Amino acid sequence: MRVIEVENLTKRFGSFTAVDNISFSVERGEIFGFLGANGAGKTTAMKMLCGLLRPTSGKGVVAGFDINRDSEKIKAAIGYMSQKFALYEDLKVWENIRLYAGIYGVPEKEATERSHRLLEELGLEKERESLVKSLPLGWRQKLAFSVSIFHRPSIVFLDEPTGGVDPVTRRQFWEMIYKAAAGGITIFVTTHYMDEAEYCNRVSIMVDGRIEALDSPALLKKEFGAVNMDDVFRKLARRSNNGLL
Amino acid sequence: MRAFRVFVQKEFYHILRDRWTTIILLALPILMIILFGFGITTEIRNTKFAVYDPAGDFTTRGIINKLESSEYFTLERYLSSPDQIEQLFREGKTGFAVVFSDEQILLVADGTDPNTASILTNYATALINSYLEESAVRQAGGGAATNVAGDPPVAAATAAARRTITPEIRLLYNPSLKSAYNIVPGIMGMILMLICAMMTSVSIAREKELGTMEVLLVSPMKPFLIILSKIVPYFTISVINYITILILSVYVLKVPIAGSLILLSGLSLLFIMVSLLLGILISSLVEKQIVALLISGMLLMMPAVFLSGLMFPIESMPEVLQWLSHILPVKWFIIAVRNVMIKGLGFSSIIKEVAILTGMAAVILAVSIKKFKFRLE
Repeated sequence: MRVIEVENLTKRFGSFTAVDNISFSVERGEIFGFLGANGAGKTTAMKMLCGLLRPTSGKGVVAGFDINRDSEKIKAAIGYMSQKFALYEDLKVWENIRLYAGIYGVPEKEATERSHRLLEELGLEKERESLVKSLPLGWRQKLAFSVSIFHRPSIVFLDEPTGGVDPVTRRQFWEMIYKAAAGGITIFVTTHYMDEAEYCNRVSIMVDGRIEALDSPALLKKEFGAVNMDDVFRKLARRSNNGLL
Repeated sequence: MRAFRVFVQKEFYHILRDRWTTIILLALPILMIILFGFGITTEIRNTKFAVYDPAGDFTTRGIINKLESSEYFTLERYLSSPDQIEQLFREGKTGFAVVFSDEQILLVADGTDPNTASILTNYATALINSYLEESAVRQAGGGAATNVAGDPPVAAATAAARRTITPEIRLLYNPSLKSAYNIVPGIMGMILMLICAMMTSVSIAREKELGTMEVLLVSPMKPFLIILSKIVPYFTISVINYITILILSVYVLKVPIAGSLILLSGLSLLFIMVSLLLGILISSLVEKQIVALLISGMLLMMPAVFLSGLMFPIESMPEVLQWLSHILPVKWFIIAVRNVMIKGLGFSSIIKEVAILTGMAAVILAVSIKKFKFRLE
């Protein structure tokens, strides 16, 4: 079953084409890496998928809803987490959870139950009443991820979720991602870390608004004759007109 | 609806957890009332004066008594020569000096502070004139009954007083010239503007700066509800402050509410709406808290203080600035509050101001809706 299906998606800002006629699909439970240099059009593409931006042309279905017509329904069906955002620092751990449960309409009783289980799994029961700002960054990121999938979305969009996090925590973070994916949640992740790209089931690489490569990390490496994903990325980026990287 | 409720709760947490901000927000009206009501005042109380009185006769002593018995002036000392006056002003403790001579009564004041000097001399002149008037009447009555002539200088004074027509001044709505009457509407305007426009714009800009706005926009929560729940806490604080100002004004500054309390409250609600909308407009234009703070501080508060007529009368400003003051909501609010609260006038007296404020609200609302949509796109 495909949870994301995009056909000839294009977004222009004036004469500038940020996303140029991209087509791809993502299967349920897949971990889909969405790579590209800064300015390659990743963010714009992701915003269209999340229902924040209307495409100039092209079709797309996310979680069963049309991105041109049902953007509000998409919003309720997906989860979202960005690198910049790590919860409200001046709210307590449980207050943050309750806030998002409220915004996404998780019934109150159900929310209480789930938040107990969640804190238990994260080993944060003792921190329930602590302000988020008193938690170490790594814990905050893990908590933020848990909150972003708290309402059991069918897809979660992660926008550079591990920025500024140490390698050990990043490793743990990816374990959580795998667990969520095993539970049937599709993971759509952008990242700057090429070693993380290796963890994905499939990876797409955007260059100047177009998807220049899309396959599993193993096959991509073979196709480009590269030793690792970093190498693949460099070889592709060299084709870029604007010469980034 | 539950989303709205938890969101409003979150906004209150943001404010209440920042303890100093909370204290400042709630104590602001009290601070302002104390500062403007007692510290910065255009009234003169307990001013010390000195006297040079070589003759020391009945009239001069009467005048001195009259001055001293007023609540404004206290006699500091007698001078032995008019040359001492300068020394006196250099010490800076004395407000003015009265120099009596055969032909005239001379009032000497320190002109380095022209406002104070002119207020002091006006008060003193009024008191001296009223004394001369009273004694003239007394003399005329007494003289007719007993037919005893007074001593020559007083007789001359009475004669002079009888011949002069002195205009009597009566100041309506604020008979005792209390500056608090002018201050209360101004403080009300400034505080409501500050809380609503500045705090709202900063709080929305904060979500943008931290990146949480992005997350909220991806969520199913309607942008309209996000903004509405941002407004609720500042609206609440504004209402609390409004009540505080009224209580302090009536019981501490002794400025009564002459008009209808309901009308005054309705007017204030309208102004709160305008200010909140301004805050939203500012926040839809900027990305950073500091910019929101500067814009609302420099573009709203500063002109509000100077152009609203709170400190300087608008009528005495250059025409350009007078025109500029027309676009400030706070100016119209202050005029309307004066009419209702101080003059005790009814709704018909503030139709123009209400219409202008309503118009401003509509324009700002239209612009911010457009801007906000643009941002989402």
